Amino acid sequence: MWENWLKLFKLALPKGRLQSKTAELLDSVGIGLDNYTAKSRNYKLQASSFPELSAKVFQERDVSIQVAIGNYDLGICGYNWVEELTSKYPSSAVVIVRGLGYGRGKLCVGASPDLGIFKPEDVASLNKTITLASENPNLAESYAARLRLKRFQIFPVWGAAEVYPSFGTDLAIFTLGPDKKLDTELVPLDFISSTEAFLIANRNSWQDMDLGRVLDLFSRVKFDEPEKVSYIPAASEVKKLKNEKIKIKNGRLSPDFRTLSPDIVRLALPDGHQQKHTITLLDRCGIQVGGYNAPAGKYPFETGMEHLVVKVIRPQDMPAQVACGNFDIAVTGRDWLTDHLNDFPTSPVKEIADLKHGLVKIVAVVSRETGINDIDGLRERFSDKHSPPLRVASEYVNTADKYCCYKHFGHYKVIPTWGASEAFLPEDADLLIENTETGETLARHNLIVIDTLMESTACIIGSTEESGHHGKRKTISSLVDKLRKAASEE
Amino acid sequence: MDQDVHRCKGMKDMLPDDMALFRHIEQTFRNLCQKWGYREIRTPVVEYLHLFTASGTLTPSKLGQTYSFLDWDGWSGERVVLRPDSTIPTARLYVDNLDGMGKARLCYVHNVFTFEPSGLENREKWQCGAEFIGGTGPLADAEIVLMAVDILKTLGIKNIEIQISHAGLIKTLLGEIEKDPAKQAELFDNILDGKLEDLKIEKGSELDRVLNLLLGSSGKSEGFLKNLESITYPILPAIGPAMENFIQIAELLSPVKGHFQFNLASGRGFEYYTGMMLQFNSGGVRIGGGGRYDDLFPLINSQVVPACGFALYLDTLTGMVKPPSSKGDSSQAIAVYPREPTRELIGAGFELCRLLRDEGFTAYLEPTEEEAQKSHRSISVRSKNGTMVFSLREKSGRPEKIFVTTDNLVGELAKVV
Repeated sequence: MWENWLKLFKLALPKGRLQSKTAELLDSVGIGLDNYTAKSRNYKLQASSFPELSAKVFQERDVSIQVAIGNYDLGICGYNWVEELTSKYPSSAVVIVRGLGYGRGKLCVGASPDLGIFKPEDVASLNKTITLASENPNLAESYAARLRLKRFQIFPVWGAAEVYPSFGTDLAIFTLGPDKKLDTELVPLDFISSTEAFLIANRNSWQDMDLGRVLDLFSRVKFDEPEKVSYIPAASEVKKLKNEKIKIKNGRLSPDFRTLSPDIVRLALPDGHQQKHTITLLDRCGIQVGGYNAPAGKYPFETGMEHLVVKVIRPQDMPAQVACGNFDIAVTGRDWLTDHLNDFPTSPVKEIADLKHGLVKIVAVVSRETGINDIDGLRERFSDKHSPPLRVASEYVNTADKYCCYKHFGHYKVIPTWGASEAFLPEDADLLIENTETGETLARHNLIVIDTLMESTACIIGSTEESGHHGKRKTISSLVDKLRKAASEE
Repeated sequence: MDQDVHRCKGMKDMLPDDMALFRHIEQTFRNLCQKWGYREIRTPVVEYLHLFTASGTLTPSKLGQTYSFLDWDGWSGERVVLRPDSTIPTARLYVDNLDGMGKARLCYVHNVFTFEPSGLENREKWQCGAEFIGGTGPLADAEIVLMAVDILKTLGIKNIEIQISHAGLIKTLLGEIEKDPAKQAELFDNILDGKLEDLKIEKGSELDRVLNLLLGSSGKSEGFLKNLESITYPILPAIGPAMENFIQIAELLSPVKGHFQFNLASGRGFEYYTGMMLQFNSGGVRIGGGGRYDDLFPLINSQVVPACGFALYLDTLTGMVKPPSSKGDSSQAIAVYPREPTRELIGAGFELCRLLRDEGFTAYLEPTEEEAQKSHRSISVRSKNGTMVFSLREKSGRPEKIFVTTDNLVGELAKVV
């Protein structure tokens, strides 16, 4: 069945912010795809009016990679994700075809107000190591190089980069757009890319295939003038943003961690699917975190506890933030702690309490279509000297890498993914290292588990180095005890 | 794509002949460095990225070609690099370990790594370098040049040409046109590329004439520099001290007169340097470079330490140098074999190999005559009437010679090898 798929003309489409506009666009040009909706869990799509075309849905940042490596002939994603790829790998086989006129926004560089800087060139004059948080780490590195920063550290984050300057990071690179205003206390310094949706092509497909029929359809539609993608900072725009009134409710939007008294404990709480469990647990401990369950609740700080402040970030980013000392403790998953320690074994972060909820298994998964039932079968399939390398897709890049190495898979490649990973099998990856709670999603995608790497539950993580402040140690100990007790009551 | 094992793109294997040449160059370089008073060091392949970004020597495009990554300790976001350069790590080594000892004459044979996108050129390159840390003034500059020429001549490099420029002079000159040091390098490149539209220099003006003289001509003696000085100094008095320094260096280089050419335009990439800049060429091929870099140490958080140095490009030199053959050369190896596989003859064979090695030959034991005779020379070992007999045979077809004492055998080998 999937041999037929390979012969088709292939299009990679984005999930998330560009999805509804992209679906509208495809409908308007006559490439209506069934089930290309936010609620659909079907990632492989066909166009009834266009039988030779097939499409697959990816996280936006995966689209440019999939097109560049030649798995897809055409793709649609934000221009920033193309630049994220080409800034690090300039020879990537991507051709930028045209802007599509929607999803317009800017990738903005913002500085912590405490730095007292207002221009990009001021950053290099700061006599310190500059830290940058960004979902676009390659663009962040290029930016640091462009400013000729003498010493810099980049935190690649999974989201909410704009929050980071409030707990110690100097600069954040984040998106601003028509539907996303500057609502953090940052000084906007620069624009470094556009988030406008772009049609992109694989270079070989562009050179060797006749894509005319599809491109004709796109060319018939009148888009707004494509945005200028070269982002030399417009002084007037920066000024306008600087003057924009920051909406401050109840004083500061968020507590500034750098000015906190040393006895205050800084706790990171997770967003996403762990949030519900964590609220229940906190409730049991009598800790009310104001704003945590609000829709845009990224900045809660009312905890009802005198010596405790809280921020919400992605669980994936917590181990690095605790290691760097931006937080004292965090509630995350053991899967993310393990992945972090697989990458950085000397990182000063450890599990200090098991919260027992949110049990998932980290499993090795293949497509049922392959006929492979176990690890030996997989190894055998790829052991031939003429077989291509094993392609391993995973959000847990370091765990997947270590697993493949320990299982002696020989020549393998790990493809980092940012969600919707089950879509990769079997066309774009041979093995998936993924978490599963019940196994239902895997079964729905015709996937089978061939190995279990570990079990993971929510846990509290902290530094391996004890705080030098007695009061803080006491607060941490008391809080952890309360959470542990509450978890055992479940 | 199949799973055949290949070397990484842009990397090079070194075969036995390549290594023989490599070691010959390396050994010649080390011997001469020692005679000039330079002591060998080795810095780690992996350094912190900030060592290079702090020194400001990595332009954004160079940074994009540096092998940088987060290692197992990279949880804080601190990146490390495979060293893209050897001078900065040497300066770091001095600050880390030798600071306060004053002058240090240091040399190294290092690999450096730069990503070259096509993969057609080597991404790992080898350098033989010498750094005179704490060496000040024209005397130290001249020492560096004379030593490099000594090494190149000893290696038998023909047609050695040394292009000498002066970064201090270039910077003073460009300072008359562009005050921002960050823009001076681009300006200099534009001048050399003939893109003069943006310079705002009136055509035919005195400044235009001086620029043409300084950047458009070259000479082979200090006299040329003195001529330039007398014409340009009245118009640009600021160049006085740098020009004076340049002339003093030229005067000290008279022992290698004929090899060098004073050419300010050869000073591309001058930002790193503060005084003399060198380019070594042979037959139009660049084989090394160097110069004075007095401003480097403060950029890596040290006090001011004057320094100069050079590096020769080992990979390029290997195409120009012929290794002398020696009796220890493995292509001249002697294969010893027992006529019969007895314990006694095998023991005697091992003993003969040891003796030959002690005498400086390359020798090893082969189990059979067939295997041994694949070598250039073979010696069979047999016993006749309780005496060991050695038969020397050469591939060249000379008649077999028989020896009953090892002294005679060694004497004969010394003649033919």
